[in-house]
Amino acid sequence: MSWIPTTDADQQAMLSTIGVDTVEALFATIPAALRMQSWDIPPGMSEMSVRNHIADLASRNTVGHTSFLGGGYYDHYIPAAVDALSGRSEFYTAYTPYQPETSQGTLQSIYEYQSAICRLTGMEFANASLYDGGTAVFEAATMSVRIARRNKIVVHSSINPTYKAMLLTHAANLDLEIVDGDDPEGAACVIVQNPSFHGTVADFTELSARCHAAGALLVVSCYPVALGMLKTPGEMGADIAIAEGQSLGMPLGFGGPYLGIMATRKEHVRKMPGRIAGETQDAQGRRGFVLTLQAREQHIRRTKAMSNICSNQALCALRALIHLSLWGKEGFKDVAVACHSKAEYLKSKLHFGTVLNEGPTFNEFTLRLPRNAAEVVAELLDEGYVAGLPLADMGAGEANDLLIAVTEKHSREALDAFATALERVACN
Amino acid sequence: MQLIYEKSQPGRRALTLDALDVPTCTLPDDLCRAEAAALPEIAEIDVVRHFTHLSQRNVGIDDTFYPLGSCTMKYNPKIAEVAAAEPGMAQLHPHFSSSPVFEANCQGAYALIHELERELAEVAGMKAASLQPIAGAHGELTGTLLIAAYHRDKGNTHKDTIIVPDSAHGTNPASAVMAGFKVVEIPSDKDGTIHLDAFEAMLTDNVAAIMLTCPNTHGLFEKDVAKIAKLAHSKDALLYYDGANLNAIVGQCRPGDLGFDVMHYNLHKTFATPHGMGGPGCGPVGVSERLLPYLPGPRVVKNEEGYTLAMPEKSIGRIAAFFGNFLIAVRAYAYLRHYGSEGLKEISRNAVLHANYIYARLKGTYKSAFPGNYMHECIFTATPQAATGVHAIDIAKSLLDRGFHAPTIYFPLTVKECIMIEPTETESKETLDAFCDAMLEIAKVAAENPDALHAAPETTPVGRLDEVRAARDLNCACL
Repeated sequence: MSWIPTTDADQQAMLSTIGVDTVEALFATIPAALRMQSWDIPPGMSEMSVRNHIADLASRNTVGHTSFLGGGYYDHYIPAAVDALSGRSEFYTAYTPYQPETSQGTLQSIYEYQSAICRLTGMEFANASLYDGGTAVFEAATMSVRIARRNKIVVHSSINPTYKAMLLTHAANLDLEIVDGDDPEGAACVIVQNPSFHGTVADFTELSARCHAAGALLVVSCYPVALGMLKTPGEMGADIAIAEGQSLGMPLGFGGPYLGIMATRKEHVRKMPGRIAGETQDAQGRRGFVLTLQAREQHIRRTKAMSNICSNQALCALRALIHLSLWGKEGFKDVAVACHSKAEYLKSKLHFGTVLNEGPTFNEFTLRLPRNAAEVVAELLDEGYVAGLPLADMGAGEANDLLIAVTEKHSREALDAFATALERVACN
Repeated sequence: MQLIYEKSQPGRRALTLDALDVPTCTLPDDLCRAEAAALPEIAEIDVVRHFTHLSQRNVGIDDTFYPLGSCTMKYNPKIAEVAAAEPGMAQLHPHFSSSPVFEANCQGAYALIHELERELAEVAGMKAASLQPIAGAHGELTGTLLIAAYHRDKGNTHKDTIIVPDSAHGTNPASAVMAGFKVVEIPSDKDGTIHLDAFEAMLTDNVAAIMLTCPNTHGLFEKDVAKIAKLAHSKDALLYYDGANLNAIVGQCRPGDLGFDVMHYNLHKTFATPHGMGGPGCGPVGVSERLLPYLPGPRVVKNEEGYTLAMPEKSIGRIAAFFGNFLIAVRAYAYLRHYGSEGLKEISRNAVLHANYIYARLKGTYKSAFPGNYMHECIFTATPQAATGVHAIDIAKSLLDRGFHAPTIYFPLTVKECIMIEPTETESKETLDAFCDAMLEIAKVAAENPDALHAAPETTPVGRLDEVRAARDLNCACL
C-alpha cells in the first residue's frame, strides 16, 4: 500500500529479529474465536480515483450561489496567507506540545492567539480554545456552576436555539436547572448572545450589574467579526466571554472544524476549562512558552478536572490568529464597518417586508416576508441565490420569517440585484 | 523570538478592502467599543515571515519520526488535504441541513456522511455510528450520555457508577463524571491487564458500564474481554470501548464482536487525519443494537430519492451543532476509500509488526514494563536508568537532540518512569532502525556519563523550560 513502506524483505528481516515466523503470530493474544470473519467494506481505490470520487460527491453540493445564509456561521473573505501559513505541515502534522522545546511554534502561536482574544473581547485571560461556539456555552455554564456554587443556568432569548439544544443534551445527566429568561436571582449565570440569533445588537451592561448584585455571572456569547465595532464583553462587565470563532478564517465546511473561543477575568482563570499557554524561560534566560495551570485538566485531575476536554482546536486557533494579524487593527474594523453598512443598505431596499428586530442590527436581521419564507428561498435557489434561513424550520420564527446575513463579500451591485429578485418572488 | 505584537508599527497594514460602495453606517456610541481592538499592525511579508519562523520552531510528522504512544502519529496523506479543500465541501454552509428547502443542495455531503458512518460501524462491528462528536473526549462524553439514556429509559435508576481501569486515559473518568456518573477505578494486574476476579468483585448492581481501551494503554490485548462483556451484560451493565488504540486491531477483530456496546473512534489516530498541534480531531461514536435508538440526531438516512434527515426515536439530541468536524470526516473518508477492505487489514499488521520490532531491538537494553505480548506499542520503564540519575524525561529530551520526537513519557500512570513507543505502520525499517540506534546510544551514554543527558535538549530553539515559573508568574497574554 502507498502509505506503508514495509517490503516483504523488510517484513522477513523484522520477523527474524522478533523471533517469530509470521505476522499472524503477533496477534496470538487475541482469542481465535474473537477474530474477525468478514466485513462489508468496498475495495480500495488509487489516489487518482479517490480524488475523482470526492470531486464527484462535491459536485452534488451547491456552492457558489450568492448567499445570505448566516445564523451564526458566516461567509467572510479568508485571506490567501491564512491557508498558505496554516497549511505548513510543521504546524498541522504536529501534536499537542508535550515536548515544549520542539513545539515553540505551537505554544507561541497559542499565546499570541490568547492575547488576540483578550484584546478582541476586553477580557484578561483566554484559553487555547474549545471545540466550537455551542460546546463553549456548555463549558461556560459548568464553569459558572463551579465559581458561583449554584446549579441554576439562565438562558436568555438572544441565544442561538441550537446552542440551547446542545446545552440541554450535554447537561442531561447533571444536576442543573436550566431556565429561560434574564433573572439572575439564585442563578450561577445568565447566558446572553450579542448580536442575538435574530441579529439584534444590545448592551448588557445593566444586566451585568444585576447579575453581580445577585451573585451570578454574566456569560456573553459574541460574534468575533462584530467585535470590530461592538462594545466588548469586557466593557459590559461580563465574567466569561465565549464565541463561535468560525468567522475568523475558518471555511464554512458544513459544520466544522470550527473554533470555540473562551476568555474570562483573572479571578476565574483557575476554574476555566481547556489548555492555557503561558510565558516562561529556559536556563539561559531565553523566552519560551509552555502549557500551564495543567492541574485543572483531565490528564492530571481525572474525575476532578474542570472538564473532560483534552485537545483544543489549535490549528483553527492558529488560523484565527493569522486572520486577525493580516486584517490588523484598522482592517478588522473596516471589515466590521463594511458588513454593517452593506447590511443596512440591503435593509433599506426591503420595504416590502417587515424587519422584526426591536433594536439596531449588525450584519444580520430578521425579515417577515409577505409569503412563506421557505417557498421564497426555494424559488430563489433556482436563480442562484441562497436568500437566507427560513426561521420556522428551526423553530425560531413564523412561517414567513427569513434571517438574512450580509458580509463584506457582497457588492452593492449584488445587493441591488438580490433586493429586486427577493421583492419579485416574495410579492408574487 | 519576538511576539507578533512586538513587531507592530502604527499605520502599517497587510490587507485592505475595496472602497466601501454603499454609504458608511455606524451604530450608537453606547453599543460600540471605545477603541479599536489592538490587533497587530504589520505588513503581509512580515506576517508571513513571523508564522514561517514559528513553523520552523515546530516539529511535525512531516519532519521526523513521532513515536508518541497512545497517539498514533501516522503519516497524514496529502490526498486527504486535497479532498477537504474541495470547494464543494469546504464552502458548504451548515445551515443547509437546517431546512428541508436546501436538501437537494447538500446531497453529496449527506452521501459521504451516510457512507462513512456505515463503514465506521462496519470496521468496528457496531450497528451504527454518528459523526457528531467533535473530538475523542467529546465522543466519550457522548458515549456515556448514551449509557445514561439507556439506563434511564430502562428504569435502572440505581446504576450510577462506571468502572474505569487505572491505566485509562484521564478523559475516561472525566467524561463519566460529566455524564453524571460516579467513577470507581479497577487496578491492573501485574501482567498489565484486568483480571476477571477483580472485575467480578467490583461488578455490583450499581454499575452502569465499564470503559475499556483494548489493547489497553499498556499495549496489551485484554484477554478476558469477552468474559468481562458476558459478566457485565448479565448485570445489564454496558461495555464502552475507548477507540484510542483501534489501530492495533483494525481488520483483525472488532469491538462489536468482542461484546462492546458503545465506543468512540479517533479519526485523527486510526484514520490518519492530521493532529493539528492538538486539534481539530474528530470522535464519532459507534453503538450496538441496544443503544441505536438513543444516538445523537438528526441523522442522515437514505430514502428512494436520496438522503434526508431523521431523529432517532429516543435520541439524546444534538451533541454538535451539525455533523461534527465534517472536513475532518472528509479526510478520513478519503483515507478509507484508498485503503479499502483489504488495505485496512495491512494497517494493524504493520503497526503491530513495527512495535514488536522496536521491542525486540530494545528489550535487551531497556527494561520492559510487562512480560511482552505487545501489540501496536511497547512500554519500557527507565527505572534502571533512574538509579544512575537518568530519568525518562532525560531520555526523551536526548532523543530530541538526535532528531526524533520523543515517545510518550510518564503515561500511563501505572508504570514508573514510563516510556511508551508507538511507531505506527507508516514508518520504514530504516527509520525504525535509526530510532532504535539512537535509543541504544542514549542508554550507553546513560550508563557511562549520565550527566551528559541532563543538559538535553541543546539543539532545539530553547532548552528545558521553567514550568514552575510559568505557573507562578502567570503570563498568558500580551495585553
